[in-house]
Amino acid sequence: MTDTPPRHRPKMRLPIEWLGILPFVLFALLFLILPTMKIVIGAFQTPEGSFTLQNLIDLNTDSIRRAYWTSIKLSMITALLGCAMGFAMAAAVVFGGLPKRIRSPLLTFSGVASNFAGVPLAFAFIATLGPAGLVTLWLKTEFGINLRAMGFNLLSFWGLVVTYLFFQIPLMILIIIPALDGLKREWREAAAVLGATGAQYWRMVALPILFPSLLGTFALLFANSFGAVATAFALTGPQLNIVPIKLFAQIRGDVLGNPNLGYALAFGMIVITGLANVTYIVLRTRSERWLK
Amino acid sequence: MTRIVAWAAVLLGCLYFLLPLAGMTEFSLKMRRGVYSFDAYVKVFEDPTFWATFGYSLTLAAATIVFGVLLVVPTAYWVRLKLPQARPVVEFITLLPLVIPAIVIVFGYIRLYNTSSFLPLTGSAFGTDILLTMGYATLALPYMYRAVDTGLRTIDVATLTEAAQSLGAGWFTILARIILPNVLVAVLSGAFLTLAIVIGEFTMAALLNRPAFGPFMQLLGANRAYEPPALAVIAFTITWVCMGLIQLVTRFSKHERAKA
Repeated sequence: MTDTPPRHRPKMRLPIEWLGILPFVLFALLFLILPTMKIVIGAFQTPEGSFTLQNLIDLNTDSIRRAYWTSIKLSMITALLGCAMGFAMAAAVVFGGLPKRIRSPLLTFSGVASNFAGVPLAFAFIATLGPAGLVTLWLKTEFGINLRAMGFNLLSFWGLVVTYLFFQIPLMILIIIPALDGLKREWREAAAVLGATGAQYWRMVALPILFPSLLGTFALLFANSFGAVATAFALTGPQLNIVPIKLFAQIRGDVLGNPNLGYALAFGMIVITGLANVTYIVLRTRSERWLK
Repeated sequence: MTRIVAWAAVLLGCLYFLLPLAGMTEFSLKMRRGVYSFDAYVKVFEDPTFWATFGYSLTLAAATIVFGVLLVVPTAYWVRLKLPQARPVVEFITLLPLVIPAIVIVFGYIRLYNTSSFLPLTGSAFGTDILLTMGYATLALPYMYRAVDTGLRTIDVATLTEAAQSLGAGWFTILARIILPNVLVAVLSGAFLTLAIVIGEFTMAALLNRPAFGPFMQLLGANRAYEPPALAVIAFTITWVCMGLIQLVTRFSKHERAKA
């Protein structure tokens, strides 16, 4: 290395070495960035191509407003419940004094379940909680409980919530277990030495440290369910009024009767999942400061 | 006390996760009235569309994996070796598919690559297949890149490269015979995860109108009663096998390293 003097290096380095990631940049441009730009730009264009805000204004119809609201509500509730239940299971495994043997199977299973989404997941829940499902029939014959008469319908908002949790909870478990592992034993001992109860330790030490992770994962789960199409489509068909299903129908058959309104609908999705993910990334960076 | 609460949390969680699995298995066996049978599975396996769509998705998964490896391994390697200043940008791009929903990406494809565009990929079946492969590569990008980058972290890229160069190796030899074998476990993990994602993918395939396994399952679900849970069991098994293989190769590599 000593016989190469640092000649014109600074001048040459930039263009030639950046060529090494040219294929990647091209791929990202063609199949990720340009298609997205097309949607974003289209949201601000009239069908003839001039600039307009009309598409965004036109989103403000009763049906589209309700679709966004249902989607946001669905994502909020599944993210909240997913976080709470995932946290409970993860905390039970990490701190609950359970045998060490459950941990590894739980992590493996979470890996499988968080990837078992889409169409087959809907089938699994129809076979379980649908009108002729295993649990539905069992409750009816053994206890005389009629789920349907009690107002539960799998092909509805709450049915979707129950189904989405199947991939939300495992995702939470996968992300939060490393964070829980990062809580140092010394902190708990230090708190105990200072006279803190278990509840005080959680409230004043552990939860503030975990807070960015928790909120960040919440944002990730939110985005995860907001963009999901397949499960909802296989479960309820094209009727349920949530944004991804509406967009799906719009792409297939222009049900809104205005192609550029479709762009605006998709643009709204990008804004919402984008906000959620920015929250996640910012908070994750913050939480990594503590959990090293 | 804590232990009781902990057990309760885990057991309730397990109940929630096991019931749908039990439900789909039981339902898939009920096709014949009164007795359990594998009739639904026989029906599924006798359906030529099942094999056609499954084969199609498997082929696309293979293409996606090959393309993904060819794209990600050199890029991650190069960023580590020569362009550390590009890392934040590249990492940000690889995370984008988690930010932009798949349905929005494919919507962009349909509008950008239509028959009257500069690159009319949707004009032919083969072109659409390529487009769908690129779409799957996009979906798998966050996982593939992370896996490979983590793998590269465990080896000394700079030293290996210099050693290979001083023995006269060119870039292709370095990548194919030094770097790739060293990150093979990471690449395989990424590959199996890609397979798990691609095999049942619905949204992109349905909107691009290709005969993939995901849309086939959806269609069957809308029209039949007993075959769908059978398909769910099959899909769950495939996911499980993919994750199992990831664990297997990871464990195998740890074993190897411990021996070395």
